[in-house]
Amino acid sequence: MGKINMENPGSGGRMSRRKLLLGGAATAAVVLVKSTFGKMVQTSLPESSLLLADPTKVPGPFPGEIGTRSEFESLAKKATLTSSRTPLQSLYGTITPSDLHFERHHAGVPVMDPEKYELLIHGMVDKAMVFSLNDLKRFPSVTRIAFLECSGNFRTGKVEMSPQDICGLTSQSEWTGVMLSTLLREAGLQSGASWLLAEGSDAAVMTRSIPMRKALDDAMIVYAQNGEAIRPEQGYPARLFLPGWEGNTSIKWIRRIEVGDQPYMTREETSKYTEEVKDGKIRQFSFDMDARSIITFPAFPQQIERGWVEIRGIAWSGRGRIVKVEVSTDAGKSWDAAGLTGPVLDKAHTQFKLLWHWKGQETEILSRATDETGYLQPTMHQLIAARGESMGGYHLNPITAWYVKKDGQVLHRPER
Amino acid sequence: MMQKISALFLLSFLHACSADTVRYQELQTEQANFSEETPDNWPKSFGLGKEASVARISSMDIDVRPDGKGLPSGSGTVAYGRSLYLTKCVSCHGSKTSSGIYDRLFSYDQSRVHPDSLKGNKRNKTIGNYWPYATTLYDYINRAMPFNAPGSLRPNEVYSLTAYLLYENSIIDENTVLTAMSLPRVKMPAQKRFVNDTRKGGAEVE
Ligand code: HEC
Repeated sequence: MGKINMENPGSGGRMSRRKLLLGGAATAAVVLVKSTFGKMVQTSLPESSLLLADPTKVPGPFPGEIGTRSEFESLAKKATLTSSRTPLQSLYGTITPSDLHFERHHAGVPVMDPEKYELLIHGMVDKAMVFSLNDLKRFPSVTRIAFLECSGNFRTGKVEMSPQDICGLTSQSEWTGVMLSTLLREAGLQSGASWLLAEGSDAAVMTRSIPMRKALDDAMIVYAQNGEAIRPEQGYPARLFLPGWEGNTSIKWIRRIEVGDQPYMTREETSKYTEEVKDGKIRQFSFDMDARSIITFPAFPQQIERGWVEIRGIAWSGRGRIVKVEVSTDAGKSWDAAGLTGPVLDKAHTQFKLLWHWKGQETEILSRATDETGYLQPTMHQLIAARGESMGGYHLNPITAWYVKKDGQVLHRPER
Repeated sequence: MMQKISALFLLSFLHACSADTVRYQELQTEQANFSEETPDNWPKSFGLGKEASVARISSMDIDVRPDGKGLPSGSGTVAYGRSLYLTKCVSCHGSKTSSGIYDRLFSYDQSRVHPDSLKGNKRNKTIGNYWPYATTLYDYINRAMPFNAPGSLRPNEVYSLTAYLLYENSIIDENTVLTAMSLPRVKMPAQKRFVNDTRKGGAEVE
């Protein structure tokens, strides 16, 4: 430590944190600790924990250029080849840290040069236009907080499933950009224009048809997320954002908008993102995300202790505001209204909380959301009754139950 | 010229089935009104961006609609499509008798359940029993396939691959030649199954 000039730390070049603490000889210790399930497991301790026994006796690292997450926290998305899921059970409040926003893309994340980026708007417009990123940023800007959810956001089948496993394809950000209506006004819409095609610059050249109604209502072209440029995984440098609509329609890395008078029937709105319903029918253009909620604490893999438990979770609706969330702690026999953390925003994850005194009994806890249209989150049973046994896997928003065991273990209660 | 021909096809295609006509009309009358008043202090135009050149538009305008708008000239045959499929696609998608690692592209018949689903393979939605428009096949293969070299196929190749897949799904016969004229006319058996979303919030679960 003596080598560092504390008077003038900048003068000798900045030492890395690891070097500062360990003089370059870093080895993590392997120790035995008790896991959440009470089992002894082997784990490696962060190096600094060995040295920082009393942090009041050692000066810490100096201010840095970029923040860090505590090395004691292990937040991670769960990734497969096609998506990665937000760890809902590890988050607080309603904003998803940008690096934990779920990902779903069909041919990987493209590298996009912001200097070369351009958005083309053409078709049934008076004047076909090209906007650079800088142009987009010069238009009057709009900022709003809203969730984004994939319509394939439901998994079940095992007891050992966390909120991340069940519905980790929903995340929330503060988005900043320009209203799409502002851009369409510049181009001028011709009469009869009723749909548009949005196209991305990824290797899937992803396309979706969007009704003009939505384009002129609250659609945005966003370039910022939670105060900084949107992340590559979220469509850097600009994406379409359609609040409350199934995530796939919010085309990332958007490069082109064609205005037309009918839908284009792309693969993503015919072969995919459509669902079988009753009588052999296939439902198409199911854009809106219906109201849903999930308890994120307590939930698998957490374990609770007897006494007061604050049940926490999030509720959201693509059709507007959440007006009520009810929680049952007796397997659905009775329901109590949970408190909602304000401000309750339109088409946004909304936090709910309910105090519960747990005396060690085995039970099931559940939550159900109601939105401003009066829609009450259904059970899986109701969804099957409405859509039929062969219903597809999109737009499933059933009430999710957590099974609390006597020892405080919390398990998912599978739907099928 | 191309536009006019396409419009004619659209008409015949719409008249073919009245239930589809109603659905399509619903889809065409989406409201196009600017919902919010433009703020008083906004200029008529912000003067940002530049006008797009015709060359620029045509280099990017690759989409193909059900009425055939966007289809390039060229043609394709089942035989050529089969040979292309065996070199460029079979490794990922398998064949009629063997499964591939990715999406299954063949159905044995036009019923809902694919024989594979009996063996626990749930991929029973295929071109023959689920895709509502043949033009989608052209559009998708052209923009996104083969997965490891998207955008590498020429129009004749895309027409041919489309023809081969339609043939293997029992939609067209082996001698059909696909062009910008004939492809939009191909009627897909699943089209009649498609309905518009009627969910609208409120008390009803749909
Ligand atoms: C390297 C592997 C690979 C190769 C080679 C490949 N594909 Fe694909 N294909 C995929 C993947 C992966 C998907 C699914 C992509 C998605 O879901 O976004 C797919 C999807 C498709 C679909 C849509 C299936 C559906 O039901 O929605 C079609 C059609 C298709 N491919 C045609 C072709 C054709 C034709 C070729 C040959 C020119 C080809 N593919 C070559 C990997 C491949």
